[in-house]
Amino acid sequence: MISQIAIVLFDGFAFGMLLFLLSVGLSVTLGMMNFINLAHGAFGMFGGYVAVTAMRQLGLPFLAALPLAFIAMALLSVIVERTLFRRLYRAGELNQVLFTIGAVFVSAAVATFVFGTVQQVIILPSWLRGSVEIGDVRFGVYRAFIILVALIVTALLVFGLERTRLGAQVRAAVDNQRMAQGLGLDVERVFAITFALGSGLAGLGGALAVEIVGLSPSFGFQMLVYVLIVVSVGGLGSITGSFVGAALLGIGDVAGKYFWPEIGSFLIYLMLVAILLVRPLGLFGKR
Amino acid sequence: MLRRTAVAAVLGLGLAWSAGAMAQETLKIGVILPYSGPFADAANQLQAGIDLYLAEHGNEVAGRTIELIKRDTGGPAPDVARRLAQELVVRDNVDIIAGFALTPEALGAAEIATEAKKLMVVMNAATSVVTEQSPYIVRTGVTIPQLNYSFGSWAYEQGIREAYTLVADYGPGIDAEASFAKGFTEAGGKIVGADRTPVANPDFSAYVQRVADAAPEAVYIFVPGGAQPAAIGKALADRGLSPPDIKVLAQGELTHPEALESMGETARGIITTFHYTLERDDAMNQAYVEAYTAANNGREPDLFSIGGYDGMHLIFEALEATEGDSSGDALIEAAKGMAWDSPRGPMSIDPETRDVVQTVYIREVQEVDGKMRNVILEEIPDVKDPLHGAAK
Amino acid sequence: MQTPVSAPIEARDWLRRRSRWSPFEILFWLATLLPFIFFPTYLPLANQIAIAALFAISVDLILGYAGIVTLGHAMFFGLGAYFAGIISVHGWGEPISGLLMAGLFAGIIGYIISFLITRVQHLALIMVTLGLGFLTYELANALHWLTGGTDGLRGISTWPVFGQFRFDMWGYTAYGYALAVLFLCFLLSRRLVNSSFGLALRGIRENVKRMPAIGADHKSHLRLIYAISAAIAGLAGGLLAQTTNTVALDSLSFERSADVVVMLILGGTGRLYGAILGTFIFLVARDQLAGINPQYWYFGIGMLLMVVVLFMPKGILGFLARIVARAK
Repeated sequence: MISQIAIVLFDGFAFGMLLFLLSVGLSVTLGMMNFINLAHGAFGMFGGYVAVTAMRQLGLPFLAALPLAFIAMALLSVIVERTLFRRLYRAGELNQVLFTIGAVFVSAAVATFVFGTVQQVIILPSWLRGSVEIGDVRFGVYRAFIILVALIVTALLVFGLERTRLGAQVRAAVDNQRMAQGLGLDVERVFAITFALGSGLAGLGGALAVEIVGLSPSFGFQMLVYVLIVVSVGGLGSITGSFVGAALLGIGDVAGKYFWPEIGSFLIYLMLVAILLVRPLGLFGKR
Repeated sequence: MLRRTAVAAVLGLGLAWSAGAMAQETLKIGVILPYSGPFADAANQLQAGIDLYLAEHGNEVAGRTIELIKRDTGGPAPDVARRLAQELVVRDNVDIIAGFALTPEALGAAEIATEAKKLMVVMNAATSVVTEQSPYIVRTGVTIPQLNYSFGSWAYEQGIREAYTLVADYGPGIDAEASFAKGFTEAGGKIVGADRTPVANPDFSAYVQRVADAAPEAVYIFVPGGAQPAAIGKALADRGLSPPDIKVLAQGELTHPEALESMGETARGIITTFHYTLERDDAMNQAYVEAYTAANNGREPDLFSIGGYDGMHLIFEALEATEGDSSGDALIEAAKGMAWDSPRGPMSIDPETRDVVQTVYIREVQEVDGKMRNVILEEIPDVKDPLHGAAK
Repeated sequence: MQTPVSAPIEARDWLRRRSRWSPFEILFWLATLLPFIFFPTYLPLANQIAIAALFAISVDLILGYAGIVTLGHAMFFGLGAYFAGIISVHGWGEPISGLLMAGLFAGIIGYIISFLITRVQHLALIMVTLGLGFLTYELANALHWLTGGTDGLRGISTWPVFGQFRFDMWGYTAYGYALAVLFLCFLLSRRLVNSSFGLALRGIRENVKRMPAIGADHKSHLRLIYAISAAIAGLAGGLLAQTTNTVALDSLSFERSADVVVMLILGGTGRLYGAILGTFIFLVARDQLAGINPQYWYFGIGMLLMVVVLFMPKGILGFLARIVARAK
């Protein structure tokens, strides 16, 4: 029984960490600028395609493809932010919804055109395949790898937020955007950088997700719902919130399916509704 | 009254128009598929099968020139499929409606086929009841019970006595679970556990762990194509649930080419049941695969492709038989009992149910020339859908 | 759209003036009859647009007038559709009574749900509606003995309207029937938003905190409009089931919830005609683009949405209204 609980915790945590990487960027940008970017999942999708293309066409190793996905998406997001999204910061939230949904449509069409509708495959290096047996529990190596990457990213984010100048600026901008602006902080610039980081992380998450959930042009739509769930449960603008929220949802989902498989498909939504009715601001939300 | 006159006027107009169309000898086929949305890949592959047939056989048959009119449903949307069928009939004056990758869409359009008396060629939708919905429906794909009922009894004959079933929780999955279990238990086997996974499930680990806990002799799996086969295959392997420690049985989607590539070594020994086998050693099949991959950037044909390909074959043959008469009644009569050799093997149309009768292949994943391939273990010829007639 | 600022007038007069019919409106409703005469082969599409427009109106009532943003309203659409479908399968195919029952059913569920909805706001509100929508979807899938699951409900047969008008293949009856229901619901909604109740709702939308301060029980207002909106969504769903004899899980899907919001914003929120216009433009554009290329039509739709946001921030109807206002 203990070994079963251990494996369920492990698998759920790994899945949660995948969700964390995909959604943390949206949480921070939404918290800072109130900018509703439903196209966030599209960065995840293109990140996945970058990784697949890098490995298949260019023959790059997996470990090189991951940072490439991050960088490519960060750069792409800077272009998109500077040319399109920045026009919308003062538009109403409904217009942001409409515009970014339009962007998801367009990006899905572009992905179909360039990569086709086929499911993309990533061939993992052999050291990431299979599982290791500890005691009588078998842990998937790739899932352990995802957890490792997510923990490193979290450590970097927390350190960066607490200890660096940019981090202080981000915190100030999230806490009170107007005040920060009044004190001479270039919130738009801080936002652009945060946006790029968040999109890059989504790209990284997308690249890591190919092996677990696959990749096709509808990835942006499919992941949108999960990303929104993590963001709202965790609370806007909070890295800790996204982390805890994602971990909780991942573990709750896997554990629930394991112990009550009959209601497996209901679980994540039940958790969502229950948590938000009790804590409308999410677990760590401030406003 | 006004309405009646309007109808009469429009009908008159429509008749005049279709008479004009007859004179030009074009024959319009309306193809209804989910070209966009989550099932876009299925639609693409099916369309590629249709296109290949037209490329090989030209677009003229029995003095009629074939014209395709493609319509997108955008996902499982029976009301849209029905509307498109209506529009194809009343606006575009099509002679035949075809396509239908998804069961609910075929069910949605069936009434229109009946009312308009048009031949409706279901090229994939795989639930048994589809052909019962209209006397003008003929199916060239597959039915799920057809594949799995005989697979269940075959598994028992191979000495498997206990199995655990793990299927996607939706129509086709439930059909597969029921028909496999029926075949298996009727032969004397025992189902020791049954779980259903959410269709939109991004993570299988919990379910696979349940199977591992039960440690059954064999596990039977049904998942929709796309990303899930590879995901569940790898989740199984991570738990040590790979052959030879446990027998993994499944419907053929589990080992489609992309999934095999993704699973790699761990796929070895998985046994699947399917009506089309890419690797089948047969001159016609090899020519088909070669032409298909050449036309589609190296992409290999799958079950959707062959459904579309044979669907076009049926339309061509039926038109030959009726000498170009495209009325639904004439075509459906011509289709009943039709038999031919397809790249999938010999197949025919059951004259009573208008459903496909074909060989079921039981395959095992083995390494051939350094690549994981589906190797045929056994052929079960002339399998009918076991549920037709059984229900009523 | 001008609000009275200078001369003090009686609230009743103001409401009455707002609810007067303009010639544009009469023309608009006459135009909805055109498909019968000029585009009979587009009647099935017109039917689908009328149904979607009714659904969009139901969302406009809560989103545009009461500020409740929802991503789960297909829940009520689907409940209505399944209700109408299931009673038909079990032997009651009379359309009008069936439709009313479907609407009532969705409205009752809506009223119950409204107690949850009014507890939350902003993102939490959107996500609770989304979560409830998904739960309903999964429930319908789980109850496949009742709903037919993913294969869809089979065996719906709707009797002729008034025992006279059979649902024909061309869609004359279907569109006529759906249009009549749309028009009646529109009249009702129009009456509603131009009443003092509608005014109170707008007050809630503009400033939730101030409403209790002026003595308005805003939560009961919200619950009521939510139930009405759910009932109208249920009517729209019932119409779909009856005019197409099909119901499947897609009627409850997230895509349907999201699409209707997109259509509504596209047309312009907070003006009932925006819901109709947005639906019309979205569905006609989709039909035409998909006719040109069935695979890539959504590229065009995506561009349309982005362009509208950049150049018509108040939706297409808001844009038109501004042009008309400027011309005056």
